[in-house]
Amino acid sequence: MLAFIVRRIITTIPVMAFVALFVFSLLYIAPGDPAAVIAGDQASPADVERIRASLGLDRPYLVRFAEWSFRVLQGDLGTSIFTSLPVTQLIAQRIEPTLSLMVLTLIFAVTIAVPMGVIAAWKAGSWIDRGAMAFAVFGFSVPVFVVGYLLAYVFALQLDWVPVQGYTPLSQGFWPWFKNLILPAVTLGLVYIALIARITRATMLEVLQQDYVRTAQAKGVGQREVLFLHALKNAAVPIVTIIGIGIALLIGGAVVTESVFAIPGLGRLTVDAILRRDYPVIQGVVLMFSLVYVLVNLLIDLTYTLVDPRIRY
Amino acid sequence: MDRRTFLKAAAGTGALAASGGLAMPALSQGAAAKTLRFVPQANLANFDPIWGTQYVVRNAALLVWDTLYGIDSNFQPKRQMTSGEEVSADGLVWTFKLRPGLKFHDGAPVTSKDVVQSLKRWQARDPMGLMIKAIENELVAVDDTTFKWSLKQPYPKMLFALGKNNSPCTFIMPERIAKTDPFTQITEYIGSGPMKFVRNEWVPGAKAVFEKFADYVPRDEPASWLSGGKKMLLDRIEWVIMPDAATAAAALQNGEVDWWETALSDLVPILKRNANINVDIGDPLGNIGAFRMNHLHPPFNNVKVRQAVMTALNQEDYMRSIVGDDDKLWKEMGGFFTPGTPLYTEEGGAMMKAKNVAAAKKLLAESGYKDEPVVCVVAQDMAATKSMGDVTAELLKSIGLKVDFVATDWGTTGARRAQKTPPGQGGWNMFHTWHAGADCVNPASYTAVRANGEKAWFGWPDVPAVETEVTNWFNAKDVAEEKAVMGRLNTAAVQNVVYCPTGFYLGYQAWRKNVSGVTSGPFPVLWGVSKA
Repeated sequence: MLAFIVRRIITTIPVMAFVALFVFSLLYIAPGDPAAVIAGDQASPADVERIRASLGLDRPYLVRFAEWSFRVLQGDLGTSIFTSLPVTQLIAQRIEPTLSLMVLTLIFAVTIAVPMGVIAAWKAGSWIDRGAMAFAVFGFSVPVFVVGYLLAYVFALQLDWVPVQGYTPLSQGFWPWFKNLILPAVTLGLVYIALIARITRATMLEVLQQDYVRTAQAKGVGQREVLFLHALKNAAVPIVTIIGIGIALLIGGAVVTESVFAIPGLGRLTVDAILRRDYPVIQGVVLMFSLVYVLVNLLIDLTYTLVDPRIRY
Repeated sequence: MDRRTFLKAAAGTGALAASGGLAMPALSQGAAAKTLRFVPQANLANFDPIWGTQYVVRNAALLVWDTLYGIDSNFQPKRQMTSGEEVSADGLVWTFKLRPGLKFHDGAPVTSKDVVQSLKRWQARDPMGLMIKAIENELVAVDDTTFKWSLKQPYPKMLFALGKNNSPCTFIMPERIAKTDPFTQITEYIGSGPMKFVRNEWVPGAKAVFEKFADYVPRDEPASWLSGGKKMLLDRIEWVIMPDAATAAAALQNGEVDWWETALSDLVPILKRNANINVDIGDPLGNIGAFRMNHLHPPFNNVKVRQAVMTALNQEDYMRSIVGDDDKLWKEMGGFFTPGTPLYTEEGGAMMKAKNVAAAKKLLAESGYKDEPVVCVVAQDMAATKSMGDVTAELLKSIGLKVDFVATDWGTTGARRAQKTPPGQGGWNMFHTWHAGADCVNPASYTAVRANGEKAWFGWPDVPAVETEVTNWFNAKDVAEEKAVMGRLNTAAVQNVVYCPTGFYLGYQAWRKNVSGVTSGPFPVLWGVSKA
């Protein structure tokens, strides 16, 4: 197991190197000029050129890439072109809201989606099954921002239970933190619930046809035990996989959710940076998200060994 | 459901909400009353008002840095950091005296050396500053409170240059900070203005905080735009960045913020129905919508093609696409300058209001147009440019021009418009933008109307008649002379179609009724504002 973990961590290095090269190259060839944005409309071409030179954007691609890579290896993601703040500081300022939103969404989604999928499979063909799957289709179909506005309308403005927008750090208390995040988490979680519930149902339907399930039922094992101990455990590998894949969905969804609820997270940081062509910030955030995604996948692989003893590395 | 209807439905939710609002987070009621939560027009991504000339930066900078002079609502420059000035009889030497008691936020006194260094940094980035630089003999500190500016030729608009509200303003910084290269961003934000910038609470893209500077001594005169006493009645101002208009509207209705600088016109009817909210015009100088044609390449290197486009243009189509059905928010223009300001003229501007498609087709036929595609670059991430781009595409087709519509984002537009290469090789024929009305009250900072060829703004118009009148305006000795010049300038700009203004439009601001002292201005005037 330890050897597997070490091997996987080592394979992360070329993956990250490729991501770094890809992101840097993509931004290099993408149209747009941060110097022009900074200079403003009154600036002459000479002014824009001077700003470009002061930012080092006039240097050759390979020189810039080499310098950036060298700094990244030392843990320095560079400095934002616009704010003059270190990218690591900008990420640190924004990571708590995004992490909070993702964790809360994950808890919320898994808590609802897995039982929903199991019950839908158990009651396959019934109105419960059809209702659950209709909900899943709804979750897939309705855009995140529409759900966000509707929830804000009902729970923030009509009922006045929670704020419309903003974020309160966890250090200022659990309840204020939770109040600010509950609507965004539900908004973001809807599509995730739909995804996990559908996969859970499909996998469970297959498992429930297996002989050992029939045997358990014949032996008089209770329905709850059959479903959640025998069947769900054997259906867990695809479900765990889809939860991992869903992390990428969460990252994408966080961009919209953070805008709708004015949460100062990494999603908004990324969008702002892309619109302004703040290259060091874009590169830093993408690199960090890639690393998170790689590590999540590693975690998922390790989880397989817990849910299925036959899997050994 | 279209965008407007959806936004209304989303934000309209607040109209039904109980007015009780939410408890103020982490603030006592007393502290909350002295803290204003303000939603600015955009994100404060940097905070060097000389290095970055975006208006949102200027607006924040006006709180932190003071200026030597400040224009009032009549566009007259008034003393702000100065107590007096003298100009020699030949107009070549200006001597300025600083008023006593000026202090920086770090406790150091403001001296002439600080002023001189700050002006040198400003000069390098400002069009008027560059003009002064070109005729300068020397700019020196005489003593701690006196500085002298010697010129090679008179510059009648000196005080306007030092007091104008266009970005960049003459913000005065400590000498050590002002020594920073004007093309490099400062990292220390110390001014002598009425508020201090709380750097450790700054989260770019989310929040910026300003606290009252206790040692600031406001002038005795009543405040008027940048002039007069900047009396701060608030202890703390929090800028809350909200990228989504419907969220900002809902937050205002719920009492989570106090003042929204740029209330979206689609949402204004809902805000007006809320008994706790005031709505009024924000910036009375508004904006001028525009598209620029590239004078270097066919077909717009032919004045008749440009005239054909302007002759067919109906400003109402453009303005309704931007502001909707609210007739108070737009005006048709017969001139290039900001309507309602002292120098506005429609002399020679009949073509701008012609709306004559038949005449336009005739002009196009006379031009010898060879069916070249018009590469029309339209930024889709800006509501105004997107709306105008759609109208323009139809306009061009209606008179027989072939359109190559390039839908892109503002960042790409900004880079592409600087390309002088032919449209087929990465260049362009046309792009859309808008100009702050504050920049267009006279030729001083109105880069877009200049027509000095290679040195002109994107599109590079070359019209000597326009440039002659711009020079004449700078040398004009009184308002009557200025007005005569402006008439001739407008005529030349229209006849040669330096660019195409698409109309003048205004925007709303909205604030909660427990906030008082809010006025209209070319920037959010935060001094004199209090909160109950």
